[in-house]
Amino acid sequence: MLIGHQPKDFLLAVSGLTVSFDGFKAVNDLSFYVEENEIRVIIGPNGAGKTTVLDLICGKTRATSGSIQFRGQELTRLRENEIVQAGVGRKFQTPSVFEDLTVFENLEISFPRGRTVFGSLTFQRDDVVKQRVEEVAEMIFLKDRLNTYADQLSHGQKQWLEIGMLLIQDPDLLMLDEPVAGMSVSERAKTAELLNRIIKDRSVLVIEHDMKFVEDIAHKVTVLHQGQILSEGTMEHVKNDPKVIEVYLGH
Amino acid sequence: MIINSRFFNRSELVGFLALALLLFLVLPLSLDIFRLNLVAKYLTYAFVGIGLVLCWGYGGILSLGQGVFFGLGGYCMAMYLKLEASSVANTKIQSTPGIPDFMDWNQLTSLPFFWKPFHSFPVALIAIIVVPAIFSFIIGAAMFKRRVGGVYFAIITQAIAAIMTILIVGQQGYTGGINGITDLRTLHGWDIRTDHAKYILYFVEVVLLFGCIVAAQFIRLTKLGRILVAMREQEDRVRFSGYSVANFKIFAFCAAAVFAAIGGAMFTLEVGFMSPSFVGIVPSIEMVIYTAVGGRMSIFGAVWGALLVNFAKTSLSESFPQLWLFGLGALFIAVVLAFPNGLSGIWADHVQPRIDRLLASRKPKPAAGYVADGAPAE
Repeated sequence: MLIGHQPKDFLLAVSGLTVSFDGFKAVNDLSFYVEENEIRVIIGPNGAGKTTVLDLICGKTRATSGSIQFRGQELTRLRENEIVQAGVGRKFQTPSVFEDLTVFENLEISFPRGRTVFGSLTFQRDDVVKQRVEEVAEMIFLKDRLNTYADQLSHGQKQWLEIGMLLIQDPDLLMLDEPVAGMSVSERAKTAELLNRIIKDRSVLVIEHDMKFVEDIAHKVTVLHQGQILSEGTMEHVKNDPKVIEVYLGH
Repeated sequence: MIINSRFFNRSELVGFLALALLLFLVLPLSLDIFRLNLVAKYLTYAFVGIGLVLCWGYGGILSLGQGVFFGLGGYCMAMYLKLEASSVANTKIQSTPGIPDFMDWNQLTSLPFFWKPFHSFPVALIAIIVVPAIFSFIIGAAMFKRRVGGVYFAIITQAIAAIMTILIVGQQGYTGGINGITDLRTLHGWDIRTDHAKYILYFVEVVLLFGCIVAAQFIRLTKLGRILVAMREQEDRVRFSGYSVANFKIFAFCAAAVFAAIGGAMFTLEVGFMSPSFVGIVPSIEMVIYTAVGGRMSIFGAVWGALLVNFAKTSLSESFPQLWLFGLGALFIAVVLAFPNGLSGIWADHVQPRIDRLLASRKPKPAAGYVADGAPAE
């Protein structure tokens, strides 16, 4: 259905992507396309290769074969930090923030300036940085915790902080791995609100198990199963796909 | 030198001034020149310690091969001093006058090419910094670009220390072998063996030490310092924030190497010789222990650690030479298990709060609330 489209029309074009770990193909000849400003959710049973797909796009895992084009740039040849600089941000499943640094410092490190060794030696904490950090801190509900060390934050706050660190990078493609996992009901609602606010002007790729949450935010859903696409389309379409019900939703 | 509330916080400023008072006034006034020269020797390890605080304490990169860089700095200085001591007039009894004595003993008839630049004092000074910087850059690039880290990196640096010793000992004709480079006399025509020279060298060293403390503090307070901490905790998060983790590790390792080399060069001047016994595995591990005892997160702690452990080493190894190494090992285990932040951690957790309470009870008004370094100025 997508054959014939030119990959350059898309923000992200994944084609023929395969990764094999000692012969086991965690992702097998996978192709999908993400448009500008699209919110795409990837769902699927455990071991379907969802996280591996994000790892491949952000460079954490190297593809065995296939191509990942981001704005016409081939990502499979770039190093992780170059992929970030190209405009791809990644949030990990478990909150990974710098616990020995304050919320302010955590956000400041992600500010896209002075990313070289000498750039960071001469980096100045000027008004632009402070303003941006405060702006993002307000969005992620941590405005009054700027001087708190990150190890003092709750699980949910750490998740928000990591989302904030991605926001400050201002990526064109934001990849979130289970952003509401382990959150309380009220945190979950706040996160949905936060995500709805930050997805404007960028494309988002989300892995999530919470179906209610998926329904709330997804433009399009991709169902993965054993490293391959089982179904793709709107939530409505996917929900009624007998194959999906069989392997995933039915259980 | 800028000392303001931003550069040093209150307790750091107290630490800085206390150390300055001790090293510039108390010790020179109270110790005879023999003891002061010993202190100068101990302080050369403080340079290594400061480097290890940045590289190990902040960056989480444990190097068990700092002796290599200490040695490179020391040997660069020793080569210059040795050439100056080996003038044709001084060495006319040799079969080849004008080359260092150990070369003559090893049947060398001309100065090896890599010794020739060390006729020049400025070249020697530059080499003290540049040679270890290049060497550490090569090691760092080879390891960190391949994502070798942690225990593996520690083991490899230790192996390099062992290789370096074997190389120096084996290449007697070029390096002076196991005896090292001895019988050093003058620095640019100035006799370094007199008591007067030893006083001057002590103060030169202390000034350099404070220079290194300020440089390390500067690095610590820049964003680079925070990236080092971030890297130690969540390497991947730093990578996925757009930084090349390898480059930052290389920088920390090179900085530590340069600090160590400055210490090594001062060691040669203070002690009057350089030998492979300051390069190998044991001295490299001892340097890590000084830093661990002082506190690997504290620049001042590293200086105190170098002073106190070496003082203990001198006192105890005079009385119980067999027991010292066991004592040192036990000390290291005790520190790691009970006080992971060393003496500076004990100070900050137990002594400082008592002093604060004491001061607060005397003054009716308590001190203003402590604001963390990262506080954005409003």
